[in-house]
Parts: sequence; C-alpha cells; structure tokens
Amino acid sequence: MEADALHDLTAAYALDALDAEDARRYEAHLARCARCQGELAELSESAGALAYASEAPAPPAELRARILDRAKAERPNVVPLRPRWLRPVIAAAAVAACAAIGLGLWAFSLSGKLDRREAQLARQQRVAQILARPGSHRISFSRGTLVVGSDGQAALVLTKLAEPGSGRTYEAWVADGGTPQPAGLFAGGTTIAVPLERPVRTGATVMVTEEKAGGAETPSQAPFLIVRNAPQS
Amino acid sequence: MSETPRLMPRSFAHLSDEAVVALLARSDESALAELYDRFGRVAYGLALRILRDEKLAEDAVQEGFLAAWRNADRFIPERGKASTWLMTLVHRRAVDLVRREDRRRAEPLSESVDPSSSGSAEDDAWLRFERERVQSALKQLPDQQREALELAYYGGFTQSELAERLGEPVGTIKSRMFTGLARLRELLADPRTGETAWKPTPYTT
Repeated sequence: MEADALHDLTAAYALDALDAEDARRYEAHLARCARCQGELAELSESAGALAYASEAPAPPAELRARILDRAKAERPNVVPLRPRWLRPVIAAAAVAACAAIGLGLWAFSLSGKLDRREAQLARQQRVAQILARPGSHRISFSRGTLVVGSDGQAALVLTKLAEPGSGRTYEAWVADGGTPQPAGLFAGGTTIAVPLERPVRTGATVMVTEEKAGGAETPSQAPFLIVRNAPQS
Repeated sequence: MSETPRLMPRSFAHLSDEAVVALLARSDESALAELYDRFGRVAYGLALRILRDEKLAEDAVQEGFLAAWRNADRFIPERGKASTWLMTLVHRRAVDLVRREDRRRAEPLSESVDPSSSGSAEDDAWLRFERERVQSALKQLPDQQREALELAYYGGFTQSELAERLGEPVGTIKSRMFTGLARLRELLADPRTGETAWKPTPYTT
C-alpha cells in the first residue's frame, strides 16, 4: 500500500475500524511517520471521548478485586535489588515519572541559546535525580508539579509560563513556619524545571513571586503560586 | 515474599491520571486500583454498549486494565491523555471480542442499558456532565458522519464492512470518519485547556 493510502487510515485506526491486516500495515507505517503520529494523537482524543457518551452502570463489585488479583499474580517477582540492578530500574522509573509530569528530558526548547539550553538540561537532570530517589513524591497542581525527595530536596516543574516583565524575574520561596526564604530565580518557558535551593520539609510551603531582576531577599508582593508539601500518609 | 516498600503516598487524590500511570509502570498495585476507581465505570459502560453482554463486557474491561498494567511503561504522555490511552486499550479488547463472538449490532443508536448506579453523587454528576457534553457534540455532527463514527466505534464494524453495509465506496467512509473525528475534536475543545501561556495573577486575599 502506498504511503498516501496509509495516511488515510488514521481515523479508522483511531476508531479500531481496520481489519487485522490493515491495522498491521498501518502500525508499521506509523512507526516511521511523524505526521501520522501527530494526527493519530489528535483523532484518538476524539475517539476516546466517545467512550463517555454511553450510559455507565456500575460494574459488578467483584470485577475490581478480580483485576487486582490478576495483576498481583502477574507481578514480576520482586527480590531485594542489588546495586547493579537498582540503577537501571530507578532510571526507568525516573524517566516515566518525568514523562508523567510533562517534563520531556530530551524535549527541551531548541529556541534558546546553547548555554541556556545546557543550563535547562542540567536542571531537568537534577529533577530526574530527585524523582529517581525512593520515597520521592509529587504534588500536581494546575500548570505544574512540585517534586520532593525523601531528603527534602525539591524541584518545581511549571508548564507554559509566560516570561516575566522586562527587567523582572520569577523567584521561588520556601516557607517553613517563618519568613519565606529565597529558593531560586527563573524565567518563563514551555516547560521549566526549577531545582529549589532550599529543602522542602513536610508541611512547608513553596511560593513563587515576580521580582526585580536579581531577585529579592523577601517577597515584595503576594505570590501567584502557593503549593504546600502536605504530609503523605 | 514480603511486600515491597510502598514508595508512594496512599492518597492519590492530588495526582494527575498521567502520574497514576507512571506509578503503574513501577508495578504499584494501588495505582491500578486508583485507575480502576477513576475509569472502571466508564470502561464498563463502553464495553457493555459494544458487547451487550455483562460477562463479555467484564472480560473486555479486565483485559484492558491488565494490558495497562503490563504496558504502562510504554505510555507516552506527549502523545495523549492517560484516560484516552486506557479507553483505547479497553475499546480494542471489546471490539476484538465483539468481532470474535459476532455479536455486532445493526443499530448502535439504541441503548438498552439500565443506568442504575452505585457510584458517589460526585462521580455521577461528573459522568453525566461528560456524557451530555459528548452526546451534544455528536448531535451537532452531520448524520452521515455521526453514523460512520457510531457504527465503527460502538458497532465494531471495520471500514470495509461499513462501506458494504452502507453501499458507499471505502474512500467515502474513510472521509466521513476523518471529518467526523476532526469536527468532534473542535466541538469538544475545552477553552480552559487552550494553548495560551498563563499570566501570573497575584492572589488578592
């Protein structure tokens, strides 16, 4: 089948309306075609929405337990991890976790200067390290995520943040019972990873304000973002 | 064998669907339970509509969720929402089953499901809101596009079968599916999730 004909199968594939043979051909094509990948992502969102158009009676209660039991039975045997095993496993978890909070480790903006890109990459790797630690947790909020390691090392990940005004900067703060303490300066961007310069203990609050370039020692205005590191049960 | 230490919080309320799937990739069973609590009911409603048989619908839901459990590490957030990914897995199992059992219906428009519920009032309200939103978008599609989408998605028919059934060239069916889905996307577009950058607004309290 020609490429054009394969492109045309995207909608049918999103609806699962291809026979097995066509579906296989389309999938082989999809792996190499960025255009189809993008189009499929969009059409699949529409197709997925159709799932909600049906009446949704509650499934039988035992279905939940059965699924969980089956999953548990399939779970790969967990043995105490030796260091040489630990690293790849943790790295994979970190990548998945980065993906989950919208932080593409390799998808940083190509528009900035090289040194800015490298600085950004270094920050993202720093966030990945925090995520990789056992016991790290994430607090998601609209437009971003606070990532906190078990040792309190933390990072703020924000998406689609407009640039601050001319001669201004964003400043992160950590408040832990007392006056908010400065925890790092940053600018806007599509995906911004901000490793915080102060630990964020349980119960502490992370805030962001806009300040004069160079930052301030205490917040000069009300924060536009407040995230509390609530106790994890 | 002893339990592995719980790495993540017991409460998932603050986690996005995508974050729950990331935990699933770490074989966290409580993440699977959370995913089921969020989407089990919608998944079952979808499978029931396609299969019209409770046992088969349960099988489709079970296989869909287990596929998510096994393949969570392959979920790519950049390519779409976690809920879409999960529904795709359940839908695919349901369509496979309906084709195998040859239970496909001719009139996917009629629904014979008793919408009795045991979910919380909040869940009910949310599901009702979503259902009405999607149904209203579907109603705004031209009849032929809606028919193509419904026969394919709820009926389990392939594009060739649809072409034959409707007496149209396959190209026409493809084009109705594409235009229908693209139009549906516009109709469902949520102004709150627009691509514009956010403007920090200081709290005024």
